[in-house]
Amino acid sequence: MTWIETDVLIIGAGGAGTSAALHLARRGVRCVLLERGLVGGQASGVNYGGVRQQGRHPAELPIARRSMTLWHALKDLAGTDAEFTVSGHLKLARDAAEEADLIAYMEIAKRHDLPLRLIGRNALHDDYPWLGPAALVGSLAPEDGSANPRLLVPALARAARAAGAQIREHAEVTAFSHDRRGFQVIANGTAWRAPWLINTAGYWGGAVAAAFGEPVPVTPLNPNMMVTEPLPYFMEPNLGVVGGNVYLRQIPRGNVVIGGGNGTSDPAVPWSRPSAEETRAAMALATALVPRLSGANVIRTWTGIDGEMPDHIPVIGESHTTPMLLHAFGFSGHGFQLGPGVGQILSELVIDGRTDVPLEPFDIGRWTGKAA
Amino acid sequence: MKIAVVGAGPAGVRAVERLVAAGLRPMWLDEAPDGGGRVYQRPPPGLKRDPRTLYGFEAKRANALHGALDALKAKTHWRPDTLVWNIDPRARTLELLHGSHQETVGFDAALLCTGAMDRIIPIPGWTRPGVTTLGAAQIALKTQGCAIGERVALLGTGPLLWLLAYQYLKAGVRIAAVLDTTAFAHKAKAAPALMGGGAVFAKGLYYMAAVRARGVKIYEGIEPLAIEATAERVTGLSFRTRKGYPCSVRCDAVAMGWGLKPEAQLADLAGVPFRFDDLQHAWIPERDGAGRTPVAGIYLAGDGAGIGGAEVAELAGARAALALLEDTAHAVDAPTVAALDARLAALATFRAALEQAFPFPAALARDVPDAAVVCRCEGVTAGEVRGMAGAAPTGIARELNRAKSITRLGMGRCQGRVCGQAGADILAAALHMDVAAIGRLRAQAPVKPVPFTAQAAE
Repeated sequence: MTWIETDVLIIGAGGAGTSAALHLARRGVRCVLLERGLVGGQASGVNYGGVRQQGRHPAELPIARRSMTLWHALKDLAGTDAEFTVSGHLKLARDAAEEADLIAYMEIAKRHDLPLRLIGRNALHDDYPWLGPAALVGSLAPEDGSANPRLLVPALARAARAAGAQIREHAEVTAFSHDRRGFQVIANGTAWRAPWLINTAGYWGGAVAAAFGEPVPVTPLNPNMMVTEPLPYFMEPNLGVVGGNVYLRQIPRGNVVIGGGNGTSDPAVPWSRPSAEETRAAMALATALVPRLSGANVIRTWTGIDGEMPDHIPVIGESHTTPMLLHAFGFSGHGFQLGPGVGQILSELVIDGRTDVPLEPFDIGRWTGKAA
Repeated sequence: MKIAVVGAGPAGVRAVERLVAAGLRPMWLDEAPDGGGRVYQRPPPGLKRDPRTLYGFEAKRANALHGALDALKAKTHWRPDTLVWNIDPRARTLELLHGSHQETVGFDAALLCTGAMDRIIPIPGWTRPGVTTLGAAQIALKTQGCAIGERVALLGTGPLLWLLAYQYLKAGVRIAAVLDTTAFAHKAKAAPALMGGGAVFAKGLYYMAAVRARGVKIYEGIEPLAIEATAERVTGLSFRTRKGYPCSVRCDAVAMGWGLKPEAQLADLAGVPFRFDDLQHAWIPERDGAGRTPVAGIYLAGDGAGIGGAEVAELAGARAALALLEDTAHAVDAPTVAALDARLAALATFRAALEQAFPFPAALARDVPDAAVVCRCEGVTAGEVRGMAGAAPTGIARELNRAKSITRLGMGRCQGRVCGQAGADILAAALHMDVAAIGRLRAQAPVKPVPFTAQAAE
């Protein structure tokens, strides 16, 4: 077998993997990105499209802050802004407990320089007269917004290729190994060898980690998504709620994208389906927040496969079993905003051997029992 | 055993007839208020029209089907006005919409008779007010007793073009012109093979001859250029004659269509694999000659399983029901099965000849100008689709679903049912690829837009 040599092999062309390929290639590092299906075909391509910092786990905020600068630079980096729009993210509380949660988060945001504005009961309905009585209090993150997930990864991939990265689609990795010469990987009949391996394989990242002796409890997550026919444009901010059981945004052409609940999937195929029952439940929750959505036609529903960690934050960082193996997977349903930043951070770990973003909370050792 | 039959057109009626005869009581679902399918759609209550006027030579067949339909309703769980908007092949459930009421029902076996719709080529101006499909123009006549305009141009190819011309003439509608993209010589060449169609072929010839005899302007082998219109209405249609001369007709409405395509979204959602049929120039769900699919418990019949026409649909519906009965340990009469199989095989030969006589002009679809709107729901032009083969910021899309996700082609209300085939032909040509190689638009629930009201979740 002839081995093709490169510097870095990346498995999984979602937002993080494709961004890693772009940043490595821009700094002159040879890399090969292997994708089982099409780039951006699963969680990175079929998600809700929220570009949100508000409400994140405090550990994620430094990555989210880093990623936000890349979102603003996307047009220069990737030739398109992927419809990134700073519309504000309005997180709503529907009862006293949820309100307390919103208030508690103000402190966390302040520590990370994330601007947030609490909007009280009266002001909320003055500012957003289309909100229904279910919405009691809101917290607005004016820097947050949304983007079109279908465009981000293909655009990053094209830019990465232009910068010199190789990207192979329909290239499922069927064998891995590691020895003193580095990593050997076989995908779709081609054998690759490299000193570095980056695991950005989403839910399937768990299988990659397990292959290197680091099994983690990642489970499939299938966000249940739907979109309405175009309605007259009225809703500027991206809406969320405490607890996250529904989230919705309207794009300027009028369609309202709504998420809530989970579909079903069989990652072995891979196959995933939205759930009619969850679609109805999400629509009811959305209608309670925004009554004028009642009776709107839903024209499409969908889902995909993401990886969920028990503590709802990803695994990011170095392997404990294998030198020069990096993981970044298990984004637990909120990796879209983080992807561009995570890719850049991974490229720094390879090239500079360090990054200024604290990664300890994401260490894989929290599951494998090996301290960092 | 819970059996669901979706559709009460020719295939659905004859399927249910066999199931009921075997002592079963299927759940029978149809989107229309009173069944009949598109081909034998009945006028709403209060509009009385003579079946002979409505259905012409097909009146006898229509009457027989309506009779069977009406007699079967009480022997089934009859659910008219009910859209089946999703099927879950693993949970074995259907999602129903009746008015604004939603419901989930289970099934053990499902027989899908979901019919067909017109196939469209997005010639410039096709989205203007006053342009409909041939099928819609026919339904306006059948169910409402009205025409789509006062001076109607009929454009496209296929038996429906000539049948509609005949029906409009009989109803006293002024026809500006019949414009057939298939040349007369091409159709004549297929005539010997069509002889096997017997009465169906004879009727087709009769319609064509009758339209010619009435002195209607007929242009064959033409290439449509554009539908001209003001903001309010169509004013004309320009085209190139067979010999290449520019020409135009004045009209206030255009009905157009190039054959039919299966409405096979439920089969797709049920997990049935599809294959590209070169002759029909369409993706067809896989099934055996009896209507069994590779998905256990899912059966297909009628135009939704590949275009065959109403007569074939009746036979295929009966045959698929017998297949279902055979598979569920019910006794079936072997000679009946053999007779159905023989008749279906004979008609399949005729159908193949018909497809050759009226081919889908894929070149016409491939060559629509860049500025023409292909996907009317999302306003996507042919140029934008072609851009997916070039230097878009998102790179080259070698698969139709990827082009969809980037351009929004097929992402609107119709979910690509109207624009999917033309979009595929345009993209494949721009990529210099075979149209079958770029795949097909995946079905995604709901099959048609579904309103969600607050009480639907209760």
